[in-house]
Amino acid sequence: MLRLPQFSVETPSTLEAALGLLADHAGRALPVAGGTDLLPNLKHRLAEPEVLISLADVGELRGISVGADGALSIGAMTPLDQVANHPEVLARAPALAQAAGIVASPQIRRMGTLGGNVMLDTRCRYINQTHFWRKALGFCLKKDGTVCHVVAGGQKCVAAASNDTAPALMTLGGELVLRSKAGGERRMKVDDLWKTDGIFNKKTRLDELVVSVHVPAQRPGHRGAYGKLRERESFDFPQLGIAVRIDLDGREVADADVALVALQARPLHLKDVADTLRGTTVGETSFRDAVDKVAERAHQQCHPLPNIPGDADYRREMVPVYVRRTLLSAVGLGQRPVS
Amino acid sequence: MAARDLHGPNPPWAKGFSVVGQPQRKVDGLSKATGEAVYTDDIALPGMLHAKTLRSPLPHARIKSIDVSKALALPGVHAVITGRDLPERYGVIPWTQDETALAVDKVRFVGDPVAAVAALDEDTAVRALELIAVEYEPLHAFLEPEDALRQVEPKIHEDKKNNVSKHVLLDFGDVDAAIAGADVTVEGEFGFHSTTHAPIEPHCAVARVSPDGVLTVWSATQITHYVHRALAKVLALPEQQIRVIQPCLGGAFGGKSDPFSLEFCVAKLALITGRPVKMLYTREEVFYTHRGRHAMKLRYRTGAKKDGRLTGVDAKILIDGGAYSSFGLVTTYYSGQLLTGPYDFPTYRFDSTRVFTNKPPCGPKRGHGSVQPRFAFEVQLDEVAEALGLDPIAIRRKNFQGTHTQTVNGQRITSNGFLECLAAVEAASGWKERRAKLPYGRGLGVAGSMYISGTNYPVYPNEMPQAGVQLKVDRSGLVTAFTGGNDIGQGSSSVVRSIVAEELGLLPEHVRVVAADTDLCPVDLGAYSSRVTFMVGNATIDACRKLRAKIVESVAAKWEVDPARIVMALGEVVDLDDVTHRLSVREAFHLAEARHDTLGSTGAYNTPELGGKYRGGTIGASPAYSFTAHVADVRVDVETGRIHVDKIWVAHDCGRALNPTLVAGQMDGSVYMGAAETVMENHAVSARGLHTGPSLLDYPIPTTLDTPEIESWIVESIDPEGPYGAKEAGEGPLHSAIPAIANAVYDAIGIRLRELPFTPAKVLRALGEQAERVESRRQRPVQAAE
Ligand SMILES: Cc1cc2nc3c(=O)[nH]c(=O)nc-3n(C[C@H](O)[C@H](O)[C@H](O)COP(=O)(O)OP(=O)(O)OC[C@H]3O[C@@H](n4cnc5c(N)ncnc54)[C@H](O)[C@@H]3O)c2cc1C
Ligand code: SF4
Repeated sequence: MLRLPQFSVETPSTLEAALGLLADHAGRALPVAGGTDLLPNLKHRLAEPEVLISLADVGELRGISVGADGALSIGAMTPLDQVANHPEVLARAPALAQAAGIVASPQIRRMGTLGGNVMLDTRCRYINQTHFWRKALGFCLKKDGTVCHVVAGGQKCVAAASNDTAPALMTLGGELVLRSKAGGERRMKVDDLWKTDGIFNKKTRLDELVVSVHVPAQRPGHRGAYGKLRERESFDFPQLGIAVRIDLDGREVADADVALVALQARPLHLKDVADTLRGTTVGETSFRDAVDKVAERAHQQCHPLPNIPGDADYRREMVPVYVRRTLLSAVGLGQRPVS
Repeated sequence: MAARDLHGPNPPWAKGFSVVGQPQRKVDGLSKATGEAVYTDDIALPGMLHAKTLRSPLPHARIKSIDVSKALALPGVHAVITGRDLPERYGVIPWTQDETALAVDKVRFVGDPVAAVAALDEDTAVRALELIAVEYEPLHAFLEPEDALRQVEPKIHEDKKNNVSKHVLLDFGDVDAAIAGADVTVEGEFGFHSTTHAPIEPHCAVARVSPDGVLTVWSATQITHYVHRALAKVLALPEQQIRVIQPCLGGAFGGKSDPFSLEFCVAKLALITGRPVKMLYTREEVFYTHRGRHAMKLRYRTGAKKDGRLTGVDAKILIDGGAYSSFGLVTTYYSGQLLTGPYDFPTYRFDSTRVFTNKPPCGPKRGHGSVQPRFAFEVQLDEVAEALGLDPIAIRRKNFQGTHTQTVNGQRITSNGFLECLAAVEAASGWKERRAKLPYGRGLGVAGSMYISGTNYPVYPNEMPQAGVQLKVDRSGLVTAFTGGNDIGQGSSSVVRSIVAEELGLLPEHVRVVAADTDLCPVDLGAYSSRVTFMVGNATIDACRKLRAKIVESVAAKWEVDPARIVMALGEVVDLDDVTHRLSVREAFHLAEARHDTLGSTGAYNTPELGGKYRGGTIGASPAYSFTAHVADVRVDVETGRIHVDKIWVAHDCGRALNPTLVAGQMDGSVYMGAAETVMENHAVSARGLHTGPSLLDYPIPTTLDTPEIESWIVESIDPEGPYGAKEAGEGPLHSAIPAIANAVYDAIGIRLRELPFTPAKVLRALGEQAERVESRRQRPVQAAE
């Protein structure tokens, strides 16, 4: 078996204690939630923290609640499995439920958390490998090296954001509640979280924790869906992930949004989606035509890189197909993610 | 062939079978299900050290120097060894021994073992590896077989003339004339990629040296006997001083057939340190160790008459062997020798070349050497049928070779249930009503195949039996069977138990089986080539019959009756003609022991003389062949290119199903493995010679959701020479799954896919390239919409 590096583990039982530990060990510690992303990465020597601060015992970080305004608040430590099956999430944010429910495999969804998924490290076929393998190839920019194997001569890491829930949260206008000992609490839109840097693609501070994820109340006619291209029906990271929001007024589209993941270092919003779909009527050709137009635009706007497994040209070809299917699923009977 | 080897297919007792043919739980089923089973890695011995292997980061290089001094100086490190410590070569085939436990002077693929460390714990061993300094001089890496053929230097194996591992050209009849005289000839090229076994248990070995110098090696191997011989050779120890034990095994599929570096390393390290040593491979190391399916480029030419009768088949095959020979000599023969059934080939030629490349070595994987040609030929046969306007099942029937016949390459065919197999899948799949009539995007495809039940080629030439079994009778009424046969999950020990219970009239739970321990068990050549049920089964019957004669004779003497009146079944001995005569089997054992002294017996099996009278004619010559037919039902999403294998019907002629549960399990496992090789698995190496993703995330094996629905039919042709008529079930049912899917895709979308694996990207590309064909197929009248 691959061995983990040596580190010590702290198991605080309050958020305050966890933040204190994180501040004390600044730069030498990492928080660990379910560990389903972090531990494999440690085995691959992608990080070498001296201390892991386990959030497992921090009860304040768990649970799903609905505010008076109809907004959802989901504790960062809530397992994906609960997010996927919670009746309020299913009703209020179907795209999020679908995305959470299609992450990895059933076992991993019980361990893996929503906070961990938002904070998931970027992925690349040349980095999520053992130390031996990476050394044999030659180390790269993201860890231990100076070159990029995806973009010859590239000066920037383009490892792909691969978290299924990220685009869903973006279409839903999701916000993170962040807290650190030094900086206190702040809110950040999931849209604003990202940097185009595959080495660390988030704008959070190192001593900061995600406390909860906030999903504002959606319109009455809210529809949502998630689509995922992957090799197998379980286990696999997205080779392309597409979240859709369509707000209907009767059968007429009032607003819409599409966001994609597993393209480059940050998830992206597709441009002009609302303008194209708005005013069209579901069930009529105007809607079908607009959907085709959005799919066509998506094809123009999205250029998957050969960063993650899966043929990059094929992934690009699948962009319009999955965008169209996911849009149609959102307004149809789509109970399950498109895959 | 001795009388010892032939027992006839009938039940041993007049009243019919009482255990054989019934579903029986595996001997180790409960212990596996409850986690009690002891696998090699579960072994922990006092003072045990942990070992790790340093591997080559380069695909082809000369080793200029190795400095292990820093590693040796690390506290907790007990020993470090390199190729110089174990320079003796080994290899499963005596004529092609080209491996050393650790690289001597050069490395031949990324992952080739270079040095090994034994330390107090794994972490220390890992740290020590980092302290070993190896200086390499990189050499040109051959990553494609064509390149290795074209360019000779720098040779991968310096003592060879070139980079050819094995070349076989065999001609049977005048193929060129036969094809020239055909009404239709189809010619085409096919590609089969490399795939690997991916057993859930990684390779693992533990060694201990006793104070009197006996070396015991526990290893996750499927061939204890060859490991035993190889250890003696490489360590220069007498064989009597070595004991090899195979603990419970977590899957092998052919991937644990060779002797492996870790077995020699733990043994050597234990000898040096005087402490027990364990080495467990990581998943990554299992991928490098490989011995998986050979990638092949195959060119086939087939001629047929108007009525569908084949006139000749001509094959040219280029085999990518990877860095070492392994079983490659056999692979090269198998790539041609095993195609001559279930159809009659009036003429045949194959020209197969196995080439070394700087990649993980290939070897035997379920359906060794014959899965790739089977794929190509069965797709081509479909094309022949189409060219002649014949139904694909009809053409297969037309060319059926028959029972008790001989193939063009001199193989003896005995029982042959292929027609029953075809009939079963034809009826079950609704073939006649549905093929070529399903809506665009859905289709059915058929294919057939055959496979060996062991061969009479014993790997190292010798006159001794291929299989031996020993029985020990206890006064408690328990019988223990000792067999060298390796139970690798396929259930061979369960088969032995069933046979002993049947023959000696015992309840199955009163038979225990001790397997694969060279100190305790008579030699068997191990779990490969689907030989175990056939050979160990026959040896078990032989041992039982000798013992049973003594027991029956003793009981008959006591009752003063004719021994023919006595029947033993399910724990009881009865006189068929006088029901007042009744004993427990235990009491019968006591009578026999009193009369004959301590009870025990041995049994053996050897194959009859088989095969063509030409060089290599015995390779692939089997005492009996299994036959299989598959129909696949696929759905192709023409927008995404994804092939969904919805269902596979499989019918397999295993002779007699000694335990139908085990047979069905092997059929299911074979089908899902074949389907996975067809649409997803790919053991690939990048342009730098590095494995593209040596993990179970990057090398996708199907989840339960990706596995087709499988419906299986067991066909029992009752072979005259198999134990009670049994043949094999472990490998045959994989073969034709792959071409059946390919042929179903053609039925679904009108595209002939000839290059495996059929990835969605490849399907889309083919759809684009053959747009015209597709259009005409789209017009197909839909008569039976689902
Ligand atoms: C086989 C396999 C398949 C997978 N497939 C998918 C997939 O299909 N889609 C997908 O999205 N993911 C996948 N994953 C990745 C992972 O399982 C999920 O993303 C999961 O949600 C991660 O959550 P976690 O709680 O386990 O995170 P952890 O591993 O505990 O943490 C992940 C990262 O987030 C940080 N972190 C965790 N919690 C917080 C917090 N509260 N505040 C600040 N930082 C935090 C950690 O320091 C770490 O860097 C897969 C993993 C495996 C092993
Ligand atoms: S994108 Fe380039 S730099 Fe980033 S992980 Fe992949 S190879 Fe390394």
